[in-house]
Amino acid sequence: MTAAPHADTDAHVDELRALEAEAVHIIREVVAELERPVLLFSAGKDSIVLLRLAEKAFRPSPLPFPVLHVDTGHNFPEVIDFRDHRLAEDGHRLIVASVQESIDKGRVTETGGPGTSRNRLQTRTLLDALEEHRFDAAFGGARRDEERARAKERVLSFRDEFGQWDPRSQRPEPWSLYNGRIRRGEQVRVFPLSNWTELDIWRYVELEKLALPSIYFAHERQVFERDGILLGLSEYTLPTESELVQRLRVRYRTVGDLTITGAVRSDADDVAGVIEEIAAATVSERGETRADDRTSVAAMEDRKREGYF
Amino acid sequence: MTTTSRPRQLLRLATAGSVDDGKSTLIGRLLHDTGSLPTDHLEAVTNADGQADLAALSDGLRAEREQGITIDVAYRFFSTPTRSFVLADTPGHERYTRNMFTGASNTHVAVLLVDARTGVLRQTRRHARIADLLGVPHLVAVVNKIDLVDFDETRFKEVESELGLLAQRLGGRDLTVIPVSATRGDNVVTRSDSTPWYTGPTLLAYLEAVELAAPSAVASELRLPIQWVARPTDHQRRRYTGRLSAGTLSVGDEVLVLPAGSRSTVTALDTLDPHRAVAVAPLSVSFELADDVDVARGDLVVSAATNATAPVPAREIDATVCWLSETPLRAGDRVALKHTSRTVRATVQELHTRLDPETLEEHDSPSELALNDIGRITLRTSTVVLADPYATNRDAGAFILIDEQSNDTVGAGTVSDTREVVPGEQTRHDIKWHPSSLKRDRRWSATGQRGATIWLTGLPASGKSTVAVALERTLVDAGRTAYLLDGDNVRHGISDDLGFSPGDRAENIRRVGHLTRLFADAGVVAIASMVSPLRSDRAIARALNEAADLPFLEIHVSTPVDECERRDPKGLYARARAGELRGLTGIDAPYEAPENPDLAFDTTGADLDDLVARILTELARHEGLQA
Repeated sequence: MTAAPHADTDAHVDELRALEAEAVHIIREVVAELERPVLLFSAGKDSIVLLRLAEKAFRPSPLPFPVLHVDTGHNFPEVIDFRDHRLAEDGHRLIVASVQESIDKGRVTETGGPGTSRNRLQTRTLLDALEEHRFDAAFGGARRDEERARAKERVLSFRDEFGQWDPRSQRPEPWSLYNGRIRRGEQVRVFPLSNWTELDIWRYVELEKLALPSIYFAHERQVFERDGILLGLSEYTLPTESELVQRLRVRYRTVGDLTITGAVRSDADDVAGVIEEIAAATVSERGETRADDRTSVAAMEDRKREGYF
Repeated sequence: MTTTSRPRQLLRLATAGSVDDGKSTLIGRLLHDTGSLPTDHLEAVTNADGQADLAALSDGLRAEREQGITIDVAYRFFSTPTRSFVLADTPGHERYTRNMFTGASNTHVAVLLVDARTGVLRQTRRHARIADLLGVPHLVAVVNKIDLVDFDETRFKEVESELGLLAQRLGGRDLTVIPVSATRGDNVVTRSDSTPWYTGPTLLAYLEAVELAAPSAVASELRLPIQWVARPTDHQRRRYTGRLSAGTLSVGDEVLVLPAGSRSTVTALDTLDPHRAVAVAPLSVSFELADDVDVARGDLVVSAATNATAPVPAREIDATVCWLSETPLRAGDRVALKHTSRTVRATVQELHTRLDPETLEEHDSPSELALNDIGRITLRTSTVVLADPYATNRDAGAFILIDEQSNDTVGAGTVSDTREVVPGEQTRHDIKWHPSSLKRDRRWSATGQRGATIWLTGLPASGKSTVAVALERTLVDAGRTAYLLDGDNVRHGISDDLGFSPGDRAENIRRVGHLTRLFADAGVVAIASMVSPLRSDRAIARALNEAADLPFLEIHVSTPVDECERRDPKGLYARARAGELRGLTGIDAPYEAPENPDLAFDTTGADLDDLVARILTELARHEGLQA
């Protein structure tokens, strides 16, 4: 047990390239074994990496599946702009499933008041969209390092005909052998980034020179603090009288519904700067910026059981 | 910034051990002491008194927290400047052994936990055996809760020797043993002052130093299973994708595509990495070939170099399996076997042994393998599998078994040996031919029926079936028992698991050969109407019948291909010409005409009754010879 780490010789593959090869392998397996895949795309960093890996998996051919955005209606405008440009440039087919529409149709009911979000409502919209288009496999950018229930996920996460997750009856997944067999109506959620960490994502963004929405980098924004989370001021996020609005230099670690996604104070205005900050961060991505996961110890597990990705 | 500029290695590890040995605490300790534990995660498991329950970090599911056990694999991440680690925290509970199997299957290191107070337990042995079976390159044993035996060196030595015995039983494996207190952090990341008698590495030091062997990067050892084929457009060539499990691939390499054996040269290669021209395992690639050879998902690309070795196109596999299902596995069961990117049907030929997890002894000829059992079995596959022994190549030697009804993954296994099965020639020691109490002569004379086989071969739409139907009718009208075994009908039942690959075609002919032998033995005139394009396949059918002293007539329906294509009652030729159907005999698959048929005729403009009469004359001549 003496050997020093190997140099990046031809025989040894660097960790990011190893993760890339694994993700591409997963994406190709699913396309080969299932009928109608779709890629879930939020224009966040994870789904941008996922889209890039899917493009690589099939280049020079176009993606053999469309891209689905579950739109809560409470978006950062910069993110929606980015989404439309990124997908149009490369000729991807975008399907937008709207939570607002689900609310209008009476499929879900919105509870009002400060601190509520549409995150939980997304599940219904997602399941409806999968059913409407008869998608049987949905690629998602979820990572196991995000959260405790996520850490329990398989790469191919089997869901019953109601889209539900049963953590006790997951299929064993030894080696790189993925069982994609399902019955009509059942689905799999596929997580090619399972073994990636937040830092891996950023390092891959750097390696592949991927463009990201501007909110990921330090900029000045009007924010106010609620339950320890810095929320950006918007028409959907209005402060109560006791909440003080300040102009701060911030960036976002995650992109989500803007009613629950917090900003962090930062001066990192490029990828290298962000990597430096994250490498030294002592608070997790979700812990720092996502209010929804704090509501209960098992919040994510419960949402996954219902059919959330 | 050091983390971004230096290429680092990814090490995968799994933990194993009994319930309450302290796995989750150890992992919490590793994460905490390497600074990989975010403060919010720590806060979430810290009680009002400020006591952190590190074990709770891994127990991500409600039921796990309620019952205090780990049900499913949890993946955790930590890193140091030289390596990043993906850790599979696998359950100790016996009921979830299958998850331990999953977690440990593709890891470099297995960390085996042992409680210093109890020593080696049943589950420790089982997990060590599984890790060994899975070919996990490195085993390290952590003797935990050393603080609870007062850091007693003598007790540590006792447990160490128990572990030494275990390593011996696993074929003398190298096993590093480290005294640890996960709760206090002794010898996990930081060296302990309480164990001055221990001079070996801390757990983290071990994990950072352990050597990672890369898969073979010898060009001639290439193994590249095809995953997906991009259909060509006007501007694009056909493109093949897959992930290397051994060897290298670069532009200009000559390759063989198995099982067909087509040869071509790589003309374009995408390794996904712009700085890398030569692909090595485990990279995923896409590539193009110089020739328009037929390559499909499940095929295997290997090197065409003269010194290269390819796996045998096997139909029989000796393997060790871990059974993962509540319904036990028995000999004769049918399953789907997924190996690399190929899924085939398989029958469990024989259960050889079952491992006693308590004693690690193997018991011969078990009646079944129950949930969590490990045993050695032989599988017979419906079509060829191109596997390497697991000891040589972990990816090319591993498979899962899938239940075709439930679609569940019910087994996982490793290949120890593969055999090419020459149809009709395999010897089986476990089954005997059971003779009938009746002699054939007695049967034939009592019914006045004599059996024979009339085998019609020829191109699709050559008129075989038309002749066969008329022949059957004429024979029956004359008072003989005759039965038509039509190629299409056989594929509805007896051969519904077979496709049209060369291997599957051969198997189909072999089965029909056996059927005609049984029919003929019973006194029936079996009429087989089969394209049966290859001489070697037809020779097997003939050999089966002649070995049993049964008349066998090979009749070549030699209608030329132009005429067959003009008729085309099933539209096969039209589809083949349109590119919708591949491998149609006569168009893009070979037909080998019989060299010495018993009879040959072209049906173009022929009189059907005349053809039938010619066959009957030939049959009578054969029967005369027989008598």
